[in-house]
Amino acid sequence: MSSSLPLFPPSASSVATEMDLLYLFITGICAFFTVLVTLMVVYFTIKYKRQRPSDVGADIHGSLVLELTWTIIPFILSMVMFGWGASLFYRMSKPPSDAMEITVVGKQWMWKVQHPEGVREINELHVPLGVNVRLTMGSEDVIHDFAIPAFRTKMDVVPGKFTTLWFKATQIGQFTIFCDQYCGTRHSGMIGMVTVMAPQDYQAWLAGGRSTGTALQNGERLFTELSCITCHKAGSTGRGPTLIGLYGSTVTLNDGRKIEADENYIRESIMNSQAKIVQGYQPIMPLYQTQIGEENLLQLIAYIKALTPAPKTPSASKETPSEK
Amino acid sequence: MTEPTERHSYLDAPYGLKAWLLTRDHKRIAMLYLMSITFFFMMGGLFAAGIRLELLTPKGDIWTADTYNKLFSMHGVIMVFFFLVPSIPATLGNFFMPIMVGAKDLAFPRINLLSWYLYVIGGVIALVVLAMGGIDTGWTFYTPYSSFSSNTNVTLAIVGVFVAGFSSILTGFNFIVTVHRMRAPGMTWFRLPLFVWAQYATSLVMILGTPVVAITLTLVAAERTLHLGIFDPKIGGDPVLFQHLFWFYSHPAVYIMILPGMGVISELVAAMSRKQIFGYSFVAASSLAIAILGFLVWGHHLFVSSQSIYAGMVFSIITMLVAVPSAVKTFNWAATMYKGAVSWESPTFFVVGFMGLFLIGGLTGLYLATMGMDIALHDTYFVVAHFHYIMVGGAIMAFLGGLHFWWPKMTGRMYNEALAKTSAVLVFVGFNFTFFPQFILGYLGMPRRYYAYPDEFQVWNVLSSAGASVLGMGYTLVFCYLVYSLFRGELAPANPWGAKGLEWTIPSPPPTFNFDEDPIVTEPAYDYKPAGTEVTVG
Repeated sequence: MSSSLPLFPPSASSVATEMDLLYLFITGICAFFTVLVTLMVVYFTIKYKRQRPSDVGADIHGSLVLELTWTIIPFILSMVMFGWGASLFYRMSKPPSDAMEITVVGKQWMWKVQHPEGVREINELHVPLGVNVRLTMGSEDVIHDFAIPAFRTKMDVVPGKFTTLWFKATQIGQFTIFCDQYCGTRHSGMIGMVTVMAPQDYQAWLAGGRSTGTALQNGERLFTELSCITCHKAGSTGRGPTLIGLYGSTVTLNDGRKIEADENYIRESIMNSQAKIVQGYQPIMPLYQTQIGEENLLQLIAYIKALTPAPKTPSASKETPSEK
Repeated sequence: MTEPTERHSYLDAPYGLKAWLLTRDHKRIAMLYLMSITFFFMMGGLFAAGIRLELLTPKGDIWTADTYNKLFSMHGVIMVFFFLVPSIPATLGNFFMPIMVGAKDLAFPRINLLSWYLYVIGGVIALVVLAMGGIDTGWTFYTPYSSFSSNTNVTLAIVGVFVAGFSSILTGFNFIVTVHRMRAPGMTWFRLPLFVWAQYATSLVMILGTPVVAITLTLVAAERTLHLGIFDPKIGGDPVLFQHLFWFYSHPAVYIMILPGMGVISELVAAMSRKQIFGYSFVAASSLAIAILGFLVWGHHLFVSSQSIYAGMVFSIITMLVAVPSAVKTFNWAATMYKGAVSWESPTFFVVGFMGLFLIGGLTGLYLATMGMDIALHDTYFVVAHFHYIMVGGAIMAFLGGLHFWWPKMTGRMYNEALAKTSAVLVFVGFNFTFFPQFILGYLGMPRRYYAYPDEFQVWNVLSSAGASVLGMGYTLVFCYLVYSLFRGELAPANPWGAKGLEWTIPSPPPTFNFDEDPIVTEPAYDYKPAGTEVTVG
């Protein structure tokens, strides 16, 4: 680790060990074939060196058995790599349902982070050790990429949609965040630091941070300011469909399609409201594309996600559903 | 036209600037291309030197961040569109493909000249862009950065690439028609040299892929100038759509760069071992398999772009399949040397060097095709190392090998053998020192296109920059002795390697119409007979 010729980054997340094993597995196979073919070529070059200028090689044209061998063996090995890689990718793409949610907004050239409790930071990300953390990420301008080599993870941050990334940190310490997608002049300056803390230290850190209201509070304020409630009433009496219990439900559109109401669906329905119309409703909602910034949008959606058909009325609901 | 005692070569036929600039001779056009791509290669190489110099130290100190971004962008644009894509097809392909099939010229000599002019116009536009300050989007032009954020001359650069694209479409079209219609009597499909098969497969990719990139880049230009909402989400577009369209061409474009190189290596392995190529039909078929599969793998550039997981899995598995024909080729080349009569002349040095670099380049593609692994490696220096191993280690090594092998035929002169071997070793060693450390940097997490980087990455970067200087010396040496040979080189015999193939049956350099009498082909390619039949050297 401390050698002057480092080979591996720090290993600080739940997937790091498996990623390293996969890396070594592929390296083993590649090294084997590189050495095998190199030895063959070098050996043949020396062993069968042309002795006289008129020498000609043996009259050999090919061998079906050999052709099949070096077709089938690489095929099988590559399928093993595919299987392992696809499985790891799948697990890394599906955040556990109990993950705590932090939002990240990328812009040229900084990362803006907000914790559910309302604490904000820039180019810093504090997370508790051993807890599943899910980042919901948006971009204000061009494509960025949120990468933490010590966690062996990364994900593009794409304008016009949300992307997610999750991890479970397994080592206390500070690790670098890079922007991995070229984004202009100060691309290489778009570097941050993730700080992994013991859970109680994280709580203490949160308490010491200055909060500008929780995401839910801010979302609720926006919901009122933008007068969403005028149309999106509880029950089916409003001009727009009700939003209570929307998140995670299946929505039937006016063309008969059924889709799951995830964050990107809710986002699209706010920003580009004419794109998908719920069955039984008219396309009368204005487009909010130019009216809501990325961070406010994340808070508004956090509020809409929390609208559950619980006994309480939506405006009184304060608990975060993403918390355990 | 000339006295019978004179060598009536294509070089001696009507002379002067006008005769060259209006020539319809595929060999002269190949030489025009060779000069132009050499110019762009040097230019791209200078930008690379600027990059490696900056990365010697972690801090950004030599250039400003904007200049650095322009350096790697212009390096990429010039090397990909103005050097690698035309490199082997437009020079060695243009020169030898017609001769190898026994034709007097390509099917459409005027179109061939037109494609060189289009290339030059595209190149001049690229130089104008450069003079106006260059672009800073990277050669990949990712939106929405390229469409609304960058304030450099993106639109004009796109025009340059667009025009040059037509040059490759026309070349591809010309080659396909030539292979179909111009083969000499007896030159059946399965007697074609494997170089021709590779050129054919490449041409298919050129005519099917290039229009897509031309249109895609046109859409970027339209979004920049007319504010059409195609890729920019602020005006209703989808930025990831660009990546799908761009890689639909640009992944196959990688095969435009490496397939001709594979064809060159097939020729060289057989000729330098004086042996029938092992598994001819498998090697030929694998070229086509790579060309076809190459169109179905673009999504492996989008694993972390928010593309659907299941789409990613389909792209991953098809990408894995590309490994199979690549492995087939590699093993067949190695097997061809078994019980051969392997010459230790300079082309063999380039072949062995190619095999080493191509192996590493191809195999490291497996890491990136493995989806989970790609999460760690995507957009890091690992990717940079991987594609340089293929496109520089593989394609340029093969190009140099081919150039050394056919130089006597093209120019009628021999070069200095000892210097050629030295440069092959320099290029091989320099290349590995430059790019192998970058694999490690990639796993450590160093992102691509970083002007400044954290201190812990410095050791590997210093190694890489040191290697680059050796690599640069290797290439410079090649340039020097090849140019010298034009004036002072020994006169080359018709067949200096004792090789089979129609190009070795005609004088060096060939006459304007290649064959004094139409060849009739009676034997398969690489028909080296061990007993009885003599091989004539010289």
